[in-house]
Amino acid sequence: MESATIKTAVAPADAALTAAGARDTKFHTRKVCVYYGEKQALFDVDLDIFSNEVTALIGPSGCGKSTYLRSLNRMNDTIDICRVTGDIILDDIDVYSREIDVVHLRARVGMVFQKPNPFPKSIYENVCYGPRIHGIASGKADLDQIVEESLIKAGLWNEVKDRLDAPGTGLSGGQQQRLCIARAIAVHPEVILMDEPCSALDPIATAKIEELIDELRENYTIVIVTHSMQQAARVSQRTAFFHLGYLVEVGETEQIFTNPVDQRTQDYITGRFG
Amino acid sequence: MATNHIVKSFDEDLRELDNVIAEMGGLAEVQFADAITALVKRDGELAERVVVSDKRIDELESKVDSHAISMLALRQPMANDLRVVITALRIASVVERIGDYAKNIAKRTVALTQTPPVGPTRTIARMGNVVQGMIKTVLDAYLQRDADMARDVRLRDEEVDALHTSLFRELLTYMMEDPRSISACAHLLFVAKNIERIGDHATNIAEQVHFLVHGELPGSARPKGDESSYTVVNAE
Repeated sequence: MESATIKTAVAPADAALTAAGARDTKFHTRKVCVYYGEKQALFDVDLDIFSNEVTALIGPSGCGKSTYLRSLNRMNDTIDICRVTGDIILDDIDVYSREIDVVHLRARVGMVFQKPNPFPKSIYENVCYGPRIHGIASGKADLDQIVEESLIKAGLWNEVKDRLDAPGTGLSGGQQQRLCIARAIAVHPEVILMDEPCSALDPIATAKIEELIDELRENYTIVIVTHSMQQAARVSQRTAFFHLGYLVEVGETEQIFTNPVDQRTQDYITGRFG
Repeated sequence: MATNHIVKSFDEDLRELDNVIAEMGGLAEVQFADAITALVKRDGELAERVVVSDKRIDELESKVDSHAISMLALRQPMANDLRVVITALRIASVVERIGDYAKNIAKRTVALTQTPPVGPTRTIARMGNVVQGMIKTVLDAYLQRDADMARDVRLRDEEVDALHTSLFRELLTYMMEDPRSISACAHLLFVAKNIERIGDHATNIAEQVHFLVHGELPGSARPKGDESSYTVVNAE
Protein backbone atom coordinates (compact mmCIF):
# COMPACT_ATOMS: atom_id res chain seq x y z
CA MET A 1 0.00 0.00 0.00
CA GLU A 2 1.31 3.45 0.89
CA SER A 3 5.04 3.66 1.16
CA ALA A 4 7.36 6.39 2.34
CA THR A 5 8.51 7.05 -1.22
CA ILE A 6 5.22 8.49 -2.40
CA LYS A 7 5.83 11.50 -4.58
CA THR A 8 3.63 14.54 -4.42
CA ALA A 9 2.04 15.33 -7.73
CA VAL A 10 2.68 18.92 -8.69
CA ALA A 11 0.80 20.16 -11.71
CA PRO A 12 3.13 21.49 -14.43
CA ALA A 13 1.58 24.98 -14.39
CA ASP A 14 2.07 25.20 -10.66
CA ALA A 15 5.68 24.09 -10.84
CA ALA A 16 6.33 26.61 -13.59
CA LEU A 17 4.86 29.45 -11.58
CA THR A 18 6.93 28.53 -8.56
CA ALA A 19 10.06 28.25 -10.64
CA ALA A 20 9.43 31.62 -12.24
CA GLY A 21 9.34 33.14 -8.76
CA ALA A 22 6.06 34.82 -9.60
CA ARG A 23 4.98 34.50 -5.98
CA ASP A 24 6.52 35.30 -2.61
CA THR A 25 6.84 32.31 -0.36
CA LYS A 26 5.58 32.92 3.17
CA PHE A 27 6.01 29.45 4.58
CA HIS A 28 8.60 27.12 3.18
CA THR A 29 8.12 23.64 4.63
CA ARG A 30 10.19 20.60 3.80
CA LYS A 31 10.14 17.00 4.99
CA VAL A 32 7.71 17.82 7.76
CA CYS A 33 6.92 14.77 9.89
CA VAL A 34 4.69 14.89 12.94
CA TYR A 35 4.41 12.12 15.53
CA TYR A 36 1.93 11.68 18.33
CA GLY A 37 3.94 9.40 20.59
CA GLU A 38 4.70 6.30 18.49
CA LYS A 39 2.15 7.11 15.86
CA GLN A 40 3.31 9.08 12.85
CA ALA A 41 0.61 11.48 11.62
CA LEU A 42 2.47 13.31 8.84
CA PHE A 43 5.04 11.97 6.41
CA ASP A 44 7.64 14.19 4.69
CA VAL A 45 5.36 17.01 3.67
CA ASP A 46 6.96 19.47 1.23
CA LEU A 47 4.70 22.47 0.75
CA ASP A 48 5.14 26.17 0.11
CA ILE A 49 2.52 28.68 1.24
CA PHE A 50 2.52 31.82 -0.87
CA SER A 51 1.97 35.36 0.43
CA ASN A 52 -1.40 37.06 0.01
CA GLU A 53 -3.02 33.90 -1.17
CA VAL A 54 -5.55 31.55 0.33
CA THR A 55 -4.25 28.00 0.49
CA ALA A 56 -6.88 25.37 1.22
CA LEU A 57 -5.97 22.06 2.85
CA ILE A 58 -8.44 19.30 2.08
CA GLY A 59 -8.65 15.58 2.75
CA PRO A 60 -10.65 13.02 4.71
CA SER A 61 -10.71 13.04 8.51
CA GLY A 62 -7.42 11.91 9.99
CA CYS A 63 -5.44 12.74 6.85
CA GLY A 64 -3.13 15.14 8.70
CA LYS A 65 -4.33 18.46 7.34
CA SER A 66 -5.15 19.94 10.75
CA THR A 67 -1.93 18.52 12.16
CA TYR A 68 -0.01 20.27 9.39
CA LEU A 69 -1.89 23.53 9.98
CA ARG A 70 -1.20 23.44 13.71
CA SER A 71 2.47 22.76 13.16
CA LEU A 72 2.80 26.12 11.34
CA ASN A 73 2.43 28.17 14.55
CA ARG A 74 3.46 25.45 16.97
CA MET A 75 -0.01 24.84 18.33
CA ASN A 76 1.08 21.22 18.54
CA ASP A 77 3.47 22.23 21.35
CA THR A 78 0.49 22.13 23.66
CA ILE A 79 0.26 18.36 23.15
CA ASP A 80 2.95 16.68 25.28
CA ILE A 81 3.51 13.61 23.17
CA CYS A 82 3.64 15.52 19.89
CA ARG A 83 6.96 15.73 18.04
CA VAL A 84 7.69 17.64 14.83
CA THR A 85 10.68 17.11 12.51
CA GLY A 86 11.66 18.72 9.21
CA ASP A 87 11.94 22.37 8.19
CA ILE A 88 9.20 24.90 8.74
CA ILE A 89 10.54 28.28 7.65
CA LEU A 90 8.50 31.46 8.03
CA ASP A 91 10.09 34.10 5.76
CA ASP A 92 13.64 33.28 6.85
CA ILE A 93 13.19 32.14 10.40
CA ASP A 94 13.06 28.55 11.58
CA VAL A 95 9.77 28.23 13.44
CA TYR A 96 11.08 25.32 15.54
CA SER A 97 14.42 26.83 16.59
CA ARG A 98 15.07 27.27 20.32
CA GLU A 99 15.30 31.05 20.13
CA ILE A 100 11.77 31.47 18.88
CA ASP A 101 9.35 33.19 21.26
CA VAL A 102 6.24 31.09 20.69
CA VAL A 103 3.90 33.84 21.91
CA HIS A 104 5.42 36.26 19.42
CA LEU A 105 5.23 33.61 16.69
CA ARG A 106 1.51 33.12 17.31
CA ALA A 107 0.99 36.86 17.06
CA ARG A 108 2.56 36.73 13.59
CA VAL A 109 0.68 33.57 12.74
CA GLY A 110 -2.81 33.85 14.17
CA MET A 111 -5.45 31.19 14.34
CA VAL A 112 -9.22 30.87 14.05
CA PHE A 113 -10.86 27.67 15.22
CA GLN A 114 -13.80 25.55 14.18
CA LYS A 115 -16.03 26.59 17.03
CA PRO A 116 -16.15 30.32 17.72
CA ASN A 117 -14.45 30.76 21.08
CA PRO A 118 -14.73 34.38 22.22
CA PHE A 119 -13.49 35.16 25.71
CA PRO A 120 -16.32 35.55 28.25
CA LYS A 121 -15.76 39.28 28.16
CA SER A 122 -17.10 42.28 26.31
CA ILE A 123 -16.77 42.59 22.55
CA TYR A 124 -14.28 45.41 23.12
CA GLU A 125 -12.16 43.37 25.53
CA ASN A 126 -12.11 40.41 23.17
CA VAL A 127 -10.44 42.47 20.49
CA CYS A 128 -8.12 44.61 22.63
CA TYR A 129 -6.84 41.74 24.78
CA GLY A 130 -4.13 40.71 22.32
CA PRO A 131 -2.79 44.19 21.49
CA ARG A 132 -2.70 44.99 25.21
CA ILE A 133 -0.68 41.95 26.31
CA HIS A 134 1.62 42.26 23.32
CA GLY A 135 2.16 45.94 24.13
CA ILE A 136 1.10 46.95 20.63
CA ALA A 137 -1.13 49.80 21.84
CA SER A 138 0.11 52.58 24.12
CA GLY A 139 -3.11 54.13 25.40
CA LYS A 140 -6.85 54.09 25.37
CA ALA A 141 -7.07 56.09 22.14
CA ASP A 142 -4.69 53.65 20.47
CA LEU A 143 -6.68 50.68 21.68
CA ASP A 144 -9.95 52.24 20.55
CA GLN A 145 -8.51 52.67 17.11
CA ILE A 146 -7.20 49.12 16.89
CA VAL A 147 -10.54 47.73 18.06
CA GLU A 148 -12.43 49.77 15.48
CA GLU A 149 -10.04 48.91 12.63
CA SER A 150 -10.04 45.21 13.47
CA LEU A 151 -13.83 45.04 13.71
CA ILE A 152 -14.15 46.92 10.41
CA LYS A 153 -11.72 44.54 8.69
CA ALA A 154 -13.63 41.59 10.13
CA GLY A 155 -16.86 43.04 8.73
CA LEU A 156 -18.45 43.25 12.16
CA TRP A 157 -18.16 46.94 13.06
CA ASN A 158 -21.55 48.09 11.81
CA GLU A 159 -23.30 45.31 13.67
CA VAL A 160 -21.64 45.88 17.06
CA LYS A 161 -20.40 49.48 17.22
CA ASP A 162 -23.27 50.50 19.51
CA ARG A 163 -22.78 47.68 21.97
CA LEU A 164 -19.05 47.19 22.37
CA ASP A 165 -19.57 46.57 26.08
CA ALA A 166 -21.97 43.69 25.50
CA PRO A 167 -20.55 40.22 26.10
CA GLY A 168 -18.95 38.61 23.04
CA THR A 169 -20.66 35.35 23.86
CA GLY A 170 -24.04 37.03 23.31
CA LEU A 171 -23.44 37.41 19.56
CA SER A 172 -24.75 34.95 16.97
CA GLY A 173 -22.46 32.12 15.87
CA GLY A 174 -21.41 33.88 12.66
CA GLN A 175 -20.80 37.14 14.50
CA GLN A 176 -18.78 35.32 17.15
CA GLN A 177 -16.60 33.80 14.44
CA ARG A 178 -16.01 37.22 12.89
CA LEU A 179 -15.22 38.52 16.38
CA CYS A 180 -12.59 35.79 16.65
CA ILE A 181 -11.19 36.88 13.29
CA ALA A 182 -11.14 40.50 14.53
CA ARG A 183 -9.31 39.29 17.63
CA ALA A 184 -6.74 37.52 15.46
CA ILE A 185 -6.30 40.56 13.22
CA ALA A 186 -5.89 42.96 16.17
CA VAL A 187 -2.31 41.85 16.83
CA HIS A 188 -1.31 42.57 13.19
CA PRO A 189 -0.53 39.02 12.12
CA GLU A 190 1.02 38.16 8.75
CA VAL A 191 -0.63 34.78 8.44
CA ILE A 192 -4.05 33.62 9.59
CA LEU A 193 -4.63 29.89 10.04
CA MET A 194 -8.25 28.79 9.93
CA ASP A 195 -9.32 25.35 11.06
CA GLU A 196 -12.76 24.70 9.55
CA PRO A 197 -13.92 28.22 10.40
CA CYS A 198 -17.40 27.78 8.93
CA SER A 199 -18.37 24.26 9.88
CA ALA A 200 -20.53 25.47 12.78
CA LEU A 201 -22.16 28.28 10.80
CA ASP A 202 -25.28 28.59 8.67
CA PRO A 203 -24.94 29.31 4.91
CA ILE A 204 -25.43 33.09 5.25
CA ALA A 205 -22.83 33.42 8.02
CA THR A 206 -20.57 31.13 5.96
CA ALA A 207 -20.93 33.39 2.91
CA LYS A 208 -19.98 36.41 5.03
CA ILE A 209 -16.86 34.67 6.33
CA GLU A 210 -15.92 33.58 2.80
CA GLU A 211 -16.35 37.14 1.52
CA LEU A 212 -14.20 38.28 4.43
CA ILE A 213 -11.50 35.73 3.64
CA ASP A 214 -11.37 37.06 0.11
CA GLU A 215 -10.92 40.63 1.39
CA LEU A 216 -8.36 39.66 4.02
CA ARG A 217 -6.20 38.05 1.34
CA GLU A 218 -5.05 41.51 0.26
CA ASN A 219 -3.18 42.03 3.55
CA TYR A 220 -2.71 38.57 4.96
CA THR A 221 -1.66 35.10 3.97
CA ILE A 222 -4.39 32.62 4.77
CA VAL A 223 -4.27 28.86 5.23
CA ILE A 224 -7.64 27.21 5.66
CA VAL A 225 -8.57 23.65 6.53
CA THR A 226 -12.02 22.78 5.28
CA HIS A 227 -14.20 19.74 4.82
CA SER A 228 -16.33 21.55 2.30
CA MET A 229 -14.84 21.07 -1.13
CA GLN A 230 -17.09 23.75 -2.53
CA GLN A 231 -15.70 26.12 0.06
CA ALA A 232 -12.12 25.27 -0.84
CA ALA A 233 -13.03 25.82 -4.49
CA ARG A 234 -14.70 29.14 -3.73
CA VAL A 235 -12.15 30.79 -1.44
CA SER A 236 -8.71 29.46 -2.27
CA GLN A 237 -6.16 30.07 -4.99
CA ARG A 238 -4.22 26.92 -4.25
CA THR A 239 -5.41 23.63 -2.87
CA ALA A 240 -3.43 20.87 -1.21
CA PHE A 241 -4.91 17.39 -0.84
CA PHE A 242 -3.76 15.23 2.08
CA HIS A 243 -4.41 11.54 2.50
CA LEU A 244 -3.23 9.14 5.22
CA GLY A 245 -0.59 11.61 6.41
CA TYR A 246 0.85 12.31 2.96
CA LEU A 247 0.52 15.41 0.83
CA VAL A 248 -0.82 13.77 -2.31
CA GLU A 249 -1.22 16.73 -4.63
CA VAL A 250 -0.97 20.50 -4.57
CA GLY A 251 -1.85 22.89 -7.35
CA GLU A 252 -3.93 25.77 -8.57
CA THR A 253 -7.40 25.35 -7.11
CA GLU A 254 -9.04 25.43 -10.53
CA GLN A 255 -6.78 22.68 -11.80
CA ILE A 256 -7.30 20.51 -8.70
CA PHE A 257 -11.07 20.68 -9.07
CA THR A 258 -11.29 20.33 -12.83
CA ASN A 259 -8.39 18.11 -13.76
CA PRO A 260 -6.46 16.65 -10.83
CA VAL A 261 -3.28 14.71 -11.61
CA ASP A 262 -3.47 12.04 -8.94
CA GLN A 263 -6.18 9.36 -8.98
CA ARG A 264 -6.62 9.63 -5.20
CA THR A 265 -7.37 13.36 -5.48
CA GLN A 266 -9.85 12.60 -8.23
CA ASP A 267 -11.55 9.92 -6.15
CA TYR A 268 -11.77 12.15 -3.10
CA ILE A 269 -13.14 15.29 -4.70
CA THR A 270 -15.68 13.38 -6.78
CA GLY A 271 -16.95 11.48 -3.74
CA ARG A 272 -15.57 8.05 -4.56
CA PHE A 273 -13.48 7.27 -1.50
CA GLY A 274 -14.55 3.99 0.08
CA MET B 1 -16.67 4.81 -16.34
CA ALA B 2 -18.95 6.65 -13.99
CA THR B 3 -19.07 4.26 -11.10
CA ASN B 4 -18.12 3.81 -7.47
CA HIS B 5 -19.54 6.97 -5.99
CA ILE B 6 -20.29 6.72 -2.31
CA VAL B 7 -23.72 8.13 -3.17
CA LYS B 8 -24.93 5.47 -5.61
CA SER B 9 -27.72 7.55 -7.13
CA PHE B 10 -24.97 9.85 -8.47
CA ASP B 11 -23.70 6.89 -10.55
CA GLU B 12 -27.22 6.31 -11.82
CA ASP B 13 -27.55 9.95 -12.83
CA LEU B 14 -24.29 9.80 -14.78
CA ARG B 15 -25.28 6.54 -16.45
CA GLU B 16 -28.61 8.05 -17.42
CA LEU B 17 -26.75 10.81 -19.30
CA ASP B 18 -24.76 8.18 -21.21
CA ASN B 19 -27.93 6.25 -21.98
CA VAL B 20 -29.75 9.23 -23.44
CA ILE B 21 -26.71 10.25 -25.48
CA ALA B 22 -26.41 6.67 -26.75
CA GLU B 23 -30.07 6.66 -27.75
CA MET B 24 -29.79 10.05 -29.43
CA GLY B 25 -26.62 9.05 -31.24
CA GLY B 26 -28.11 5.77 -32.42
CA LEU B 27 -31.13 7.61 -33.73
CA ALA B 28 -29.03 10.22 -35.57
CA GLU B 29 -26.97 7.41 -37.09
CA VAL B 30 -30.13 5.71 -38.43
CA GLN B 31 -31.60 9.01 -39.63
CA PHE B 32 -28.48 9.81 -41.60
CA ALA B 33 -28.19 6.28 -43.04
CA ASP B 34 -31.86 6.37 -44.08
CA ALA B 35 -31.43 9.79 -45.66
CA ILE B 36 -28.53 8.54 -47.79
CA THR B 37 -30.40 5.34 -48.71
CA ALA B 38 -33.48 7.36 -49.70
CA LEU B 39 -31.29 9.59 -51.84
CA VAL B 40 -29.49 6.76 -53.62
CA LYS B 41 -32.67 4.71 -54.16
CA ARG B 42 -34.78 7.80 -54.92
CA ASP B 43 -37.18 6.65 -52.22
CA GLY B 44 -39.40 9.63 -51.42
CA GLU B 45 -41.41 7.78 -48.78
CA LEU B 46 -38.37 6.90 -46.73
CA ALA B 47 -37.17 10.49 -47.06
CA GLU B 48 -40.49 11.74 -45.68
CA ARG B 49 -40.16 9.41 -42.71
CA VAL B 50 -36.70 10.82 -41.96
CA VAL B 51 -38.09 14.36 -41.99
CA VAL B 52 -40.81 13.44 -39.50
CA SER B 53 -38.58 11.40 -37.17
CA ASP B 54 -36.18 14.26 -36.47
CA LYS B 55 -38.51 15.45 -33.70
CA ARG B 56 -37.48 12.54 -31.51
CA ILE B 57 -33.80 13.65 -31.53
CA ASP B 58 -34.83 17.16 -30.51
CA GLU B 59 -36.82 15.74 -27.60
CA LEU B 60 -33.86 13.70 -26.44
CA GLU B 61 -31.63 16.76 -26.61
CA SER B 62 -33.86 18.67 -24.23
CA LYS B 63 -33.90 15.61 -21.99
CA VAL B 64 -30.08 15.70 -21.81
CA ASP B 65 -30.23 19.45 -21.18
CA SER B 66 -32.59 19.30 -18.24
CA HIS B 67 -30.90 16.26 -16.75
CA ALA B 68 -27.45 17.89 -16.99
CA ILE B 69 -28.69 21.17 -15.54
CA SER B 70 -30.29 19.45 -12.57
CA MET B 71 -27.07 17.46 -12.00
CA LEU B 72 -25.05 20.68 -11.96
CA ALA B 73 -27.44 22.19 -9.46
CA LEU B 74 -27.98 19.18 -7.22
CA ARG B 75 -24.73 17.19 -7.38
CA GLN B 76 -22.12 19.87 -7.97
CA PRO B 77 -19.94 17.49 -9.96
CA MET B 78 -16.16 17.94 -9.85
CA ALA B 79 -13.21 16.91 -12.00
CA ASN B 80 -14.05 14.00 -14.35
CA ASP B 81 -17.69 14.01 -13.24
CA LEU B 82 -17.92 17.66 -14.21
CA ARG B 83 -16.43 16.84 -17.59
CA VAL B 84 -18.99 14.06 -18.12
CA VAL B 85 -21.84 16.51 -17.59
CA ILE B 86 -20.31 19.30 -19.69
CA THR B 87 -19.40 17.03 -22.60
CA ALA B 88 -22.87 15.43 -22.50
CA LEU B 89 -24.37 18.90 -22.93
CA ARG B 90 -22.07 19.73 -25.83
CA ILE B 91 -22.35 16.36 -27.56
CA ALA B 92 -26.15 16.41 -27.32
CA SER B 93 -26.27 19.72 -29.14
CA VAL B 94 -23.87 18.43 -31.80
CA VAL B 95 -25.92 15.26 -32.32
CA GLU B 96 -29.01 17.41 -32.64
CA ARG B 97 -27.26 19.34 -35.43
CA ILE B 98 -26.37 16.07 -37.16
CA GLY B 99 -30.05 15.17 -37.02
CA ASP B 100 -30.93 18.52 -38.61
CA TYR B 101 -28.52 17.92 -41.49
CA ALA B 102 -29.92 14.43 -42.05
CA LYS B 103 -33.39 15.94 -42.14
CA ASN B 104 -32.26 18.54 -44.66
CA ILE B 105 -30.77 15.83 -46.89
CA ALA B 106 -34.10 14.01 -46.71
CA LYS B 107 -36.03 17.15 -47.70
CA ARG B 108 -33.77 17.66 -50.70
CA THR B 109 -34.22 13.99 -51.58
CA VAL B 110 -37.96 14.55 -51.81
CA ALA B 111 -37.26 17.34 -54.29
CA LEU B 112 -34.68 15.25 -56.18
CA THR B 113 -37.16 12.41 -56.77
CA GLN B 114 -39.05 14.88 -58.96
CA THR B 115 -36.04 15.58 -61.23
CA PRO B 116 -34.27 13.29 -63.71
CA PRO B 117 -31.42 11.37 -62.04
CA VAL B 118 -27.92 12.88 -62.32
CA GLY B 119 -24.53 11.18 -62.25
CA PRO B 120 -22.56 11.55 -59.06
CA THR B 121 -24.90 9.92 -56.52
CA ARG B 122 -22.32 7.13 -56.22
CA THR B 123 -19.69 9.52 -54.85
CA ILE B 124 -22.30 10.84 -52.45
CA ALA B 125 -23.06 7.32 -51.28
CA ARG B 126 -19.36 6.74 -50.70
CA MET B 127 -19.03 9.97 -48.73
CA GLY B 128 -22.09 8.96 -46.76
CA ASN B 129 -20.54 5.62 -45.92
CA VAL B 130 -17.38 7.17 -44.55
CA VAL B 131 -19.31 9.69 -42.46
CA GLN B 132 -21.68 7.01 -41.17
CA GLY B 133 -18.66 5.05 -39.98
CA MET B 134 -17.30 8.18 -38.29
CA ILE B 135 -20.53 8.78 -36.37
CA LYS B 136 -20.69 5.18 -35.22
CA THR B 137 -17.06 5.06 -34.14
CA VAL B 138 -17.13 8.39 -32.35
CA LEU B 139 -20.22 7.44 -30.37
CA ASP B 140 -18.57 4.17 -29.37
CA ALA B 141 -15.47 6.15 -28.40
CA TYR B 142 -17.65 8.38 -26.23
CA LEU B 143 -19.41 5.52 -24.49
CA GLN B 144 -16.14 3.66 -23.94
CA ARG B 145 -14.22 6.83 -22.98
CA ASP B 146 -11.63 5.89 -25.60
CA ALA B 147 -9.62 8.91 -26.74
CA ASP B 148 -7.50 6.90 -29.21
CA MET B 149 -10.58 5.69 -31.03
CA ALA B 150 -11.79 9.29 -31.15
CA ARG B 151 -8.49 10.45 -32.64
CA ASP B 152 -8.92 8.05 -35.56
CA VAL B 153 -12.25 9.68 -36.31
CA ARG B 154 -10.61 13.09 -36.48
CA LEU B 155 -8.12 11.77 -39.00
CA ARG B 156 -10.83 10.25 -41.19
CA ASP B 157 -12.44 13.64 -41.73
CA GLU B 158 -9.69 14.50 -44.17
CA GLU B 159 -10.99 11.86 -46.57
CA VAL B 160 -14.50 13.31 -46.33
CA ASP B 161 -13.18 16.78 -47.13
CA ALA B 162 -11.31 15.47 -50.15
CA LEU B 163 -14.42 13.67 -51.42
CA HIS B 164 -16.43 16.83 -50.93
CA THR B 165 -13.94 18.87 -52.96
CA SER B 166 -13.99 16.41 -55.85
CA LEU B 167 -17.77 16.13 -55.73
CA PHE B 168 -18.03 19.89 -55.88
CA ARG B 169 -15.93 20.01 -59.06
CA GLU B 170 -17.87 17.14 -60.53
CA LEU B 171 -21.21 18.83 -59.94
CA LEU B 172 -20.01 22.13 -61.40
CA THR B 173 -18.94 20.25 -64.52
CA TYR B 174 -22.34 18.54 -64.84
CA MET B 175 -24.11 21.87 -64.56
CA MET B 176 -21.97 23.45 -67.26
CA GLU B 177 -22.48 20.52 -69.59
CA ASP B 178 -26.25 20.36 -69.19
CA PRO B 179 -28.15 23.34 -67.77
CA ARG B 180 -31.26 21.13 -67.34
CA SER B 181 -29.39 19.33 -64.54
CA ILE B 182 -28.82 22.51 -62.56
CA SER B 183 -31.84 22.08 -60.30
CA ALA B 184 -30.82 18.56 -59.25
CA CYS B 185 -27.13 19.41 -59.04
CA ALA B 186 -27.79 22.46 -56.84
CA HIS B 187 -29.64 20.23 -54.40
CA LEU B 188 -26.82 17.70 -54.53
CA LEU B 189 -24.30 20.45 -53.78
CA PHE B 190 -26.16 21.18 -50.57
CA VAL B 191 -26.47 17.49 -49.79
CA ALA B 192 -22.71 17.11 -50.21
CA LYS B 193 -22.14 20.12 -48.00
CA ASN B 194 -24.47 18.69 -45.36
CA ILE B 195 -22.59 15.39 -45.33
CA GLU B 196 -19.32 17.26 -45.06
CA ARG B 197 -20.70 19.25 -42.11
CA ILE B 198 -21.83 16.04 -40.41
CA GLY B 199 -18.26 14.79 -40.75
CA ASP B 200 -17.07 18.00 -39.09
CA HIS B 201 -19.53 17.46 -36.27
CA ALA B 202 -18.29 13.91 -35.78
CA THR B 203 -14.80 15.35 -35.33
CA ASN B 204 -16.21 17.90 -32.86
CA ILE B 205 -17.55 15.00 -30.82
CA ALA B 206 -14.14 13.31 -31.12
CA GLU B 207 -12.56 16.42 -29.63
CA GLN B 208 -15.06 16.38 -26.77
CA VAL B 209 -14.19 12.74 -26.09
CA HIS B 210 -10.54 13.73 -25.85
CA PHE B 211 -11.49 16.49 -23.41
CA LEU B 212 -13.60 14.07 -21.41
CA VAL B 213 -10.73 11.61 -21.05
CA HIS B 214 -7.75 13.93 -20.72
CA GLY B 215 -9.21 17.16 -19.35
CA GLU B 216 -8.02 19.25 -22.29
CA LEU B 217 -8.87 19.64 -25.94
CA PRO B 218 -6.55 17.88 -28.41
CA GLY B 219 -3.59 20.09 -29.17
CA SER B 220 -2.52 19.85 -32.80
CA ALA B 221 -4.84 21.15 -35.48
CA ARG B 222 -6.26 18.29 -37.48
CA PRO B 223 -5.41 17.97 -41.19
CA LYS B 224 -8.00 19.58 -43.45
CA GLY B 225 -8.70 18.57 -47.03
CA ASP B 226 -11.75 20.65 -47.95
CA GLU B 227 -10.71 22.99 -50.75
CA SER B 228 -14.18 23.40 -52.25
CA SER B 229 -14.38 26.97 -50.95
CA TYR B 230 -11.45 27.89 -53.22
CA THR B 231 -12.52 25.78 -56.19
CA VAL B 232 -13.20 27.31 -59.61
CA VAL B 233 -14.09 25.27 -62.70
CA ASN B 234 -13.74 27.21 -65.95
CA ALA B 235 -16.00 26.68 -68.92
CA GLU B 236 -13.26 26.00 -71.54
